[in-house]
Amino acid sequence: MTIERTHFSEPTLALGGQGTAGDYFALLKPRVMSLVIFTAIVGLFAAPGYIHPWLGFITILCIALGAGASGALNMWYDADIDAVMKRTQQRPIPSGAIQPGEALGFGLTLAVASVIMFGLFVNWQAAALLAFTIFFYVVIYSMVLKRWTAQNIVIGGAAGAFPPMISWVAVTHQVDLGSISLFLLIFMWTPPHFWALALFREGDYEKAGVPMLPNVVGRPETRKQILIYSLLLVPTVALPCFTGTAGLLYAVGAGLLTSLFLKHAFDVYRLADGPAGDKACKKLFGFSIFWLFAVFALILIERIAQLPAFGNIFQ
Amino acid sequence: MNNKSPPKPFSPEDLKRRRKRAAVMAWCLVALIALFFVTTLVQLGKLGVSKM
Repeated sequence: MTIERTHFSEPTLALGGQGTAGDYFALLKPRVMSLVIFTAIVGLFAAPGYIHPWLGFITILCIALGAGASGALNMWYDADIDAVMKRTQQRPIPSGAIQPGEALGFGLTLAVASVIMFGLFVNWQAAALLAFTIFFYVVIYSMVLKRWTAQNIVIGGAAGAFPPMISWVAVTHQVDLGSISLFLLIFMWTPPHFWALALFREGDYEKAGVPMLPNVVGRPETRKQILIYSLLLVPTVALPCFTGTAGLLYAVGAGLLTSLFLKHAFDVYRLADGPAGDKACKKLFGFSIFWLFAVFALILIERIAQLPAFGNIFQ
Repeated sequence: MNNKSPPKPFSPEDLKRRRKRAAVMAWCLVALIALFFVTTLVQLGKLGVSKM
């Protein structure tokens, strides 16, 4: 009887294993993560109460890792769509740098590690909310809503709105009105932001078969919806002033910023198709990113400068 | 009979990439150990162990 020998003297390349550390970093969607980190920091400062600075750092780290895990799992599931769309063709999976299975393993490991670490080191209420956020983004948004309904952005926007609420719960151990007001800011901002993008990237979404509002109900209706949601931002942006979360600086600054947001949204509505209309969409998309950073920055400045907030009328 | 094609050997570039990735993973592991260590100290401080 002879035993067949396998020679391992020469290292061999199995399928995969070719991604660099940079490719894995790209899998975490760093640009989205920066927004998550910033809004989570604001939630941490805005929450009433004290958290040890090191545990505050762990909170932000765990939320960032959870957001990165969601990004990796989203890229694993959406690899087929990403390969078709021009904007996403260079992502690590469609470009072949990382195999889908590797992205899945990486995302799951990060998701489990971030939630367990958060629960053990900070508190389990916040960890449960982080776990729910990852589930919501990956299963509810990516697997169900995104390919099924043109309302994907409206409902799925909740996933991006949770980070300040999670960091708030890390401090207070509970969800209260202040954290809900921060959640609503991002939740109501998401539809006009993404629909403005969809208006000038419509072809991409249509090619991939993703039901975005412009390719389902048409461009005029999308413009109308952008204006409606932008108007709904007005009471939403005022809410932190009534929950004891924000004060005068925020009221004045956010008021001015939201007026400009409305102006851009009205331009999108007014200037129908054509170069001027496309330019208006791009302007609204760019300004909406600035608006979110600036509005949250105002809350952060008020907290750091210890400026007084208006009273909570709900108490 | 085995129809599988033999695995492709690593090229020098593949090996270089792999070494870099391993180095990054090693640093992440070191950072994680430091993170756990400092957090344990902070938690012990919160429990008042340092005052004992």
